[in-house]
Amino acid sequence: MITFRLPSLGADMDKGTLLEWLVRPGDAVKKGDVVAIVDTTKAAIDVECWHDGTVEELLVEPGAEIPVGTVMAVLREGGETPEQVRAQIDALRASPVQMAVPSAAATQRSAAPAAAAAGRVRVSPAARKRAGELGVGVESIAGTGPDGAVTLADVEAAAAKVAPASRAEAMRQTIAAAMARSKREIPHYYLAEDVPLAVATAYLAERNASRSVTERLLLAPLLVQAVARAVQRYPEFNGFFRDGAFVPGPGVHCGVAIALRGGGLVAPALHDVPSRDIDTLNRELLDLVQRARAGSLKASELSDPTITVTSLGDQGVRSVFPIIYPPQVAIVGFGRVTERAWIVDGAVGPAPVVTASLGADHRVSDGHRGALLLAAVRELLQRPAELAKATP
Amino acid sequence: MTTTTYRDALRAAHREALQRDPRVFIMGEDVGQYGGSYAVTKGFYDEFGPDRIRDTPLSELGFVGTGIGAALGGQRPIVEIMTVNFSLLALDQVVNTAATLRHMSGGQFSVPVVIRMATGAGRQLAAQHSHSLEVWYAHVPGLRVLAPATLEDARGMLWPALEDPDPVVLFEHAQLYNLEGELADPPPAVDIEHAVVRRAGRDLTIVTYGGSLPRVAEAATALAGQGVEAEVIDLRVLRPLDWDTITASVRRTRRVLVVDEGWRTCGLAAEIIAGVVERAFYDLDAPPARVCSEEVPMPYPKHLEDAALPMPPKIVAAAQALCGRTA
Repeated sequence: MITFRLPSLGADMDKGTLLEWLVRPGDAVKKGDVVAIVDTTKAAIDVECWHDGTVEELLVEPGAEIPVGTVMAVLREGGETPEQVRAQIDALRASPVQMAVPSAAATQRSAAPAAAAAGRVRVSPAARKRAGELGVGVESIAGTGPDGAVTLADVEAAAAKVAPASRAEAMRQTIAAAMARSKREIPHYYLAEDVPLAVATAYLAERNASRSVTERLLLAPLLVQAVARAVQRYPEFNGFFRDGAFVPGPGVHCGVAIALRGGGLVAPALHDVPSRDIDTLNRELLDLVQRARAGSLKASELSDPTITVTSLGDQGVRSVFPIIYPPQVAIVGFGRVTERAWIVDGAVGPAPVVTASLGADHRVSDGHRGALLLAAVRELLQRPAELAKATP
Repeated sequence: MTTTTYRDALRAAHREALQRDPRVFIMGEDVGQYGGSYAVTKGFYDEFGPDRIRDTPLSELGFVGTGIGAALGGQRPIVEIMTVNFSLLALDQVVNTAATLRHMSGGQFSVPVVIRMATGAGRQLAAQHSHSLEVWYAHVPGLRVLAPATLEDARGMLWPALEDPDPVVLFEHAQLYNLEGELADPPPAVDIEHAVVRRAGRDLTIVTYGGSLPRVAEAATALAGQGVEAEVIDLRVLRPLDWDTITASVRRTRRVLVVDEGWRTCGLAAEIIAGVVERAFYDLDAPPARVCSEEVPMPYPKHLEDAALPMPPKIVAAAQALCGRTA
């Protein structure tokens, strides 16, 4: 008789959880065969057997947590009869040696499942459904239910375990999920247009001349307002793609992409942008950035955006190829405002210019309309005084 | 509140029915001069007279048929059969006549009969007096099947049963007659439609009825001491089953154990489990389980009878296993 004991799979391992038997009683095993999968605190590990023999009995049920050295199975050697081995197993059971042999009731219950254990993992219907919702793989979960089945509680515990340790990680996962979905589902098309800002910057300079630093108007609210007014003209860029169809936004709520100090980003909404004058919008934007970085956004701000505006100008890039935040259908990006050689009235001269770009959902709109949208953004930005006023 | 017994509650219900409606009369073996095999009608013979408390010959087929005929003729008979075991002699009248006439007459005839009988084991009455055959009746469309397990239901189910225009079969578990407890005065009205949650719990739902309810209650108390909170549903009505109550509970607890003194094969527990799986498969966190009587004719010796019945230790063990615990 050969006893197969749980080996130590690392210096710091003192116990393990049997996830699955890969053999069943009666199977012949050779030295080096993987016979079981055991979960340690680090990973699920294939455990090999170091003897030749025939599996006589599996003594540990999947799902059981057992100390290193516990007899997990008994193998019959060549020349031994099952009767001889059975007698030895009984003797072993009777001895005080730590066997981790389950109680009589458990043994009785495990009779049928032991055979099934080598097949599919047992997962309760409720657990399987929940695992799907949580995106948790059930195969690696140690079940605690009847016959070692994975239960709802096991799935939720496993999900909690793999849950990110930090908020930064959680955010990374959220962004990953949203962007993966965007790139998987949304057929993006991209357009870009250079927008001269001489008039707009002159307007802001004039408005800011008499203001203190903290009260100064920024360019950003003007850009956001230009996008908001433009999508009022082309409403197919403002809203959501849901259940196979475009649903227009209930207003123009511009999500503003805000990079966070700890990494990651959020794009909370400025609500009803067209109805705000430039001072209000400026104030709301600063407030939003501050609260986003303090982590005190409101749920509605996170869920309401009907279109997103992103600006990477501060980082010095010329243009952005923005990715739509689903289920929105468009995103407008602005690069850095640069002095470029620009032709005005037939003469080349320096002018501040920004590249506006559009990422849009081709299921909802086409490039022709996208071009008109960007043209509108450019045109609106040539009349900043009008943009600065609230529209009813 | 008054202290009373299940038997006395039944007797009060019968007396009230006899007093309220002159069409109500009771017939059956030994219901009159002897006072009823289980003493439910004790004293009625003197109080109401031989016309309304009628002793019958030992012929279930005959007197059940007579009761059905009286119901067809406009009376409101309560027919007592000594135990469900003997009711098999009257099955033809119940299944082929009482349950079918409304259907076969295109709604022209109704059969407002109430057929009462004792059921169940636990009193060492051996294999011809101890079986739980409720499911034979719960199988049959056209019947309403009731199983009062509390004083309230023993007191309250008879009147709505008499008001039902169709045949009602009412099962009284023989071990419940001496059940003692408090009953509100006046007794609360009860319906004959719904199952009731007798104990709230989060870990599993135990569905039971009749004579098994006290055993389940005992098991639930023991389980609570072991950290398992069982929700206990008393079916009360075995046909038609109240699926809303059952499914709502199982959706909460995600585990279901059915305790039924009937035999396991093709039993009421099987029907309940099938119905739960049909309705709440994706809410289940463990395979449904049942504790039923062992598949033997009920033994006479006390220890064997106990071993054959769904007693509390079996219920506790099944509940623990259902929760993935081996305790």
